[in-house]
Amino acid sequence: MNILVLLKMVPDVVEELEVAGDGKSLDASFLRTIINERDDHALEQAILLKERHGGKVTVVALDAPDIDDTFFTAIAKGADRAVKITDAPEGLTTQSAARLCAEAIAGLLPADLILTGVQALDDLDGLSAALIAQQLNFPYVGVVTAVSAGGPTATVLKEFAGGVRGEFAVTLPAVLGVQAAEKPPRYVPIAKVRAVMKTSKIETVSAPGEAAAAQIDVRQLAKPVVSSHAEMLDGSPEEVAGKLVELLAQRGLL
Amino acid sequence: MSESAVLTEPSQCELTLDNLLESAEGQKVLTCMQCGTCAGTCPYGDVTEYPPRRIIGMLKAGELDTVLRSGSLLNCVACYACMAKCPRGIQLTEVLLPLVKERTFAQLPEVPAELQKALQNTLRYGNPMGESPRKRADWVKTAGVPIRILHQDPRPTDVLWFVECYTSYHPRGQDNSRATAKLLHALGIDFAILGNEEKCATECARLVGEAGLFDTLMDYNMKVFGKYQFKRILTSGAHAYDAFKYRYGSIGFDYPLEHTTPFFAQYHKQLKPKLMKKLDCTITYHDSCCLGRHNDFYDEPRLLLQAIPGVKLVEMEHNRVNSICCGGGGGGMWLDTYYKAKGYERLSERRVKEALATGADVLAVSCPYEVSRFEDAIKTVGGGSKMIVRDVVELLAESLEA
Repeated sequence: MNILVLLKMVPDVVEELEVAGDGKSLDASFLRTIINERDDHALEQAILLKERHGGKVTVVALDAPDIDDTFFTAIAKGADRAVKITDAPEGLTTQSAARLCAEAIAGLLPADLILTGVQALDDLDGLSAALIAQQLNFPYVGVVTAVSAGGPTATVLKEFAGGVRGEFAVTLPAVLGVQAAEKPPRYVPIAKVRAVMKTSKIETVSAPGEAAAAQIDVRQLAKPVVSSHAEMLDGSPEEVAGKLVELLAQRGLL
Repeated sequence: MSESAVLTEPSQCELTLDNLLESAEGQKVLTCMQCGTCAGTCPYGDVTEYPPRRIIGMLKAGELDTVLRSGSLLNCVACYACMAKCPRGIQLTEVLLPLVKERTFAQLPEVPAELQKALQNTLRYGNPMGESPRKRADWVKTAGVPIRILHQDPRPTDVLWFVECYTSYHPRGQDNSRATAKLLHALGIDFAILGNEEKCATECARLVGEAGLFDTLMDYNMKVFGKYQFKRILTSGAHAYDAFKYRYGSIGFDYPLEHTTPFFAQYHKQLKPKLMKKLDCTITYHDSCCLGRHNDFYDEPRLLLQAIPGVKLVEMEHNRVNSICCGGGGGGMWLDTYYKAKGYERLSERRVKEALATGADVLAVSCPYEVSRFEDAIKTVGGGSKMIVRDVVELLAESLEA
């Protein structure tokens, strides 16, 4: 079974994000990127499928800072091939990035499954995977939490609100937006990543065609304004408890 | 992956499990007489399928794979008890166990989640808790005394103070750092820190078996040391002390090295007249594994505590070389859930029960892992006890404030 996994680097929010001088974008000098968490799950699901059914896993991503480390880590985990899409224009919208990725993926087919995270930090709408499926004319299932394959279809579990799950049969090839892999993404010892860096190559393909003109314009990017603060109660535990009871009573909660 | 902790080659000339038996240390391993003292002294000896004695037996029999597959050595908290007690003087915690752990770790079908997160955080952010590396030196603003950060002011310094992770980020660890800064000022010592350039010394990652991560950060920290001029390195981390003393030498670390507790003990004559505030309390001191069994600093912390006016020192049943590990070493800091799920007793709780039995008011420590471990253990097994946990440096700094 051949599986393509589309990865994306997103801003690392452990670092405080700063708005750039233009007031419309993130300040790149403080920005560090990290693999989108759900893409990491998509990769794990792909490797689990490879372990079960054999086949090859290819990771694909738009060029980004730190992407090589992410690729080498993916190979150390069990991916067979890494393809970087280079020379893409800067500041792509989700739609134009999806179009570019779909065209690059089309050049890497045939594949049985194309897995990617159902959402990203900067794509909470979860548009990418669906747009790619549409462009490739493949079926799409999102919010996937388990996949079993074999034969011309795959059986996928899709999560709904309230703990409800639906089981779907989907004809292959298909695009799946992964919510969570069946197991948490695995750890790979650094020594193994280091060995992979010596022996593996990252392939590159040029971003095909022109990016579509953006249909949405960013007006402003700003940090939320602090409107109120929590009130800290000082004193001994007895005093604090007394003040708390008083406050709750005042607000009609007791 | 961090912008600066680049993956690097492993340090050279390391022993491996494959060449161990041909080395001098390997020959020593073969002198094992299977007495079982190691298993008897191991804090998790009762729940560990392959304690050092059985590992050596399996190694001789060419059955080591069984040991590796068992994952047994995840129970090793690298407390040096077996090594300290081995009648043959085999370097168990120093040589054999890390080699077995490294291979065990590489074969683990699944790394326990908490540990995995800590290791990933250490690589990416330079600290196991996953805090921003740009905030590593934020505690300095609350120190109450000026602290020079070398990348802002790179003039040569006498003491390079390597603060370490818990002491930079954990609220109770920061208390330790503020106290250390006050003591250094009181003694008029010229010191500076690396600030946000510092990354974890990573000793516990090495001792859980993630040697590649250790090598990567060792290489990074050594490069940062090389940027500045200083006469000696002081660290608040008992594990960082071990990393520098026993491992960083493999890539050229030869700076004079100090840990805060024995360092201040050298200055006890200058400190004593400054310790004006009577603390009026009974203290019991917990010997950390790294400072005690591994480096023989038993008298230094006690000397400092007794220099504080109004302090009465009492000993726990297990003290000095017999001290019981807090359970945080060798990756144990991030295996609490794993151990608990297996039904093991938490070592920090076992230790705190002994401390409580002394009736002391204060449990004094000198390793940054212990404060949070013991404070948590007092909450769970203390039965409402008012016993508090303080680092030796915190108690000294408190006594400074007359």
